[in-house]
Amino acid sequence: MTDISTDILVVGGGAAGLSAASEAASCGARVLVVESDLQLGGQLVKQTHKFFGSKDEYAGTRGYKIAGILLDEIEECGRGVEVLTNATVTGYYAEDKTFTVMRGEDSYSRIKARRAIIATGASERLIPFPNNDLPGVYGAGAVQTLMNVYGVTPGRRVLMVGAGNIGLIVSYQLMQAGVEVAAVVEAMPRIGGYWVHAAKIRRLGVPILLKHSIKEALGGRVVEGAVITELDDKFNPTGQERSVDCDVICLAVGLSPTTEILSHAGCKMRYVPELCGSVAERDRTMRTSNPDFWSAGDAMGIEEASAAMVEGRIAGLCAANSLGLPAKMEKLDEYWARLDHLRAGEVGEKIRSGIVKVSRGGWEACCNE
Amino acid sequence: MELIAEHPVLDLSYFKRGEKVEFTFDGASMEGFEGAPIAAALHANGVRVYRETPNMRRPRGFFCAIGKCSSCFMVVDGVPNVRTCVTPLEAGMKVETQHGRGHARIAPILPE
Amino acid sequence: MSESESLFNSGILTDERPGAIRPPCDKWKAKKSGLVIVECPQRIPCNPCATSCPTGAILPFEDINDTPVIDYEKCTGCAICVAVCPGLACFVVDLSFGKDKALYKLPYEMLPLPSKGDSVTCLGRSGEALAKGTVEAVIEPKRDKTYVIHVSAPKEFANDIRAIKVGG
Repeated sequence: MTDISTDILVVGGGAAGLSAASEAASCGARVLVVESDLQLGGQLVKQTHKFFGSKDEYAGTRGYKIAGILLDEIEECGRGVEVLTNATVTGYYAEDKTFTVMRGEDSYSRIKARRAIIATGASERLIPFPNNDLPGVYGAGAVQTLMNVYGVTPGRRVLMVGAGNIGLIVSYQLMQAGVEVAAVVEAMPRIGGYWVHAAKIRRLGVPILLKHSIKEALGGRVVEGAVITELDDKFNPTGQERSVDCDVICLAVGLSPTTEILSHAGCKMRYVPELCGSVAERDRTMRTSNPDFWSAGDAMGIEEASAAMVEGRIAGLCAANSLGLPAKMEKLDEYWARLDHLRAGEVGEKIRSGIVKVSRGGWEACCNE
Repeated sequence: MELIAEHPVLDLSYFKRGEKVEFTFDGASMEGFEGAPIAAALHANGVRVYRETPNMRRPRGFFCAIGKCSSCFMVVDGVPNVRTCVTPLEAGMKVETQHGRGHARIAPILPE
Repeated sequence: MSESESLFNSGILTDERPGAIRPPCDKWKAKKSGLVIVECPQRIPCNPCATSCPTGAILPFEDINDTPVIDYEKCTGCAICVAVCPGLACFVVDLSFGKDKALYKLPYEMLPLPSKGDSVTCLGRSGEALAKGTVEAVIEPKRDKTYVIHVSAPKEFANDIRAIKVGG
């Protein structure tokens, strides 16, 4: 057991965490980023498509290139930002403000931090169907990891379940990797992701079957096919079924915020369907009800990476400010203007209505020590 | 090996592929890239089943790839319940299918 | 729900809507090097088409969620937007290209990359094969792996050809 101490602990080295770390370090804070994966970058490193948004959010730049930009920023912080990869924060002990972290499979450390920014992202949801535990039923993020991080072909022919942005984008990425996409099934009567992402795969011949879902996976030891079924308006199977030739069933049926540490820390949580799970109440500085804890990105509600990066900047700026460091707090308004823009469209409507439910005024005033 | 040989956007050098090393899976010799997760190396070798569940003996494989779901637990160099999706491959590793819960190694406790 | 609406809901443009308006016919026919067709009928936070248009033909957005509006007087068919649009939703069709053939400038991010002179299959919005086309140029305007492929193909598909398939 080793002990580490830092000003600000950032848990999670993805879009939100890296932005938070860079921002806090630029204010002069000593920052430690703890990342459970083998490398930094989170979901960004797997994205081959160009991002939406405006120039401020690197619109038109491919996701993996944005990861590179953020990593360069971290690099420039020099010793201001220390990084632990392949390390998982396993708990928070409020009585002595200490975190425990598991490094690899069998080594543990204690981390003492004056402030924490929780940017743990999200985990993928499963849906129930017979044989959903067969090897070959993979989360969409896992498929992306295999093909876009390690260059391993995930399979020969894929059935995609879910036509949200992830299902649509990963379908496109599979085709880029030379993998056939048999179909995308979506229970709702319309695609959930950006329309242009759907049009992109449609014109390359991928069927998107609305009001359809997977009924069962076929196979003995591994996936050898699937049966899909049409759904009626109440999401009950209509009896119209067909079998699909595939060796991978990719689940893109939504994400849930990863919030265990926030719960550990006693942050006030609230279940908000629009944000896809139980998330922390927050003020305008992304501070939670525990005055030592900030949070940003998907951990605060499922949204696009472009918004996660801005939230991370806010959390980093304000956590540094709370330590009495020279933070340019006038940037807060600019960051909020960017978030408001990103959330202004029809796709952002859900997010806006969710955030209202967990936004609290007041904590911000007592920010400074 | 089931590897992506060309990609319209990513340069092959982008893929995290360390030096090619040998390891074994249930005694069979295989090749993989050092530093990439064990699970990815197995997948590239066509291996899909990583463990069997304790009671139902259901096959389990790769699933979440972020060290959270326990689907890819395997016995690595005699240690059970290793999260192979976030454990880097090393030369000479002995990787085995995990049957059930795995057995704890009884080893003397040494001072740190 | 109508058939056309459910097709639209699955990602296929079925008729004109804000953000997906066809160029006026008379201007389009006469315009050398073509006019842009944008198929971006949903308000999403994205503006690179407008900010990168060198002539201001894609009018500046008031809100980043605006759908594109085009001033066809200013459009030169340069296809910069085709290369930068993150949604691959911009296309240029040049009806002045030939007697029976139009020149389609289409975004392409797949393999294999075609070469000038190759024969390709031109696809419609649901991936249906519409015609054979000939690759006239392969351009990578931003050096970022989004190619703009110039393909000559029958004019009659000006409102339909939106992608190509190379080989097979």
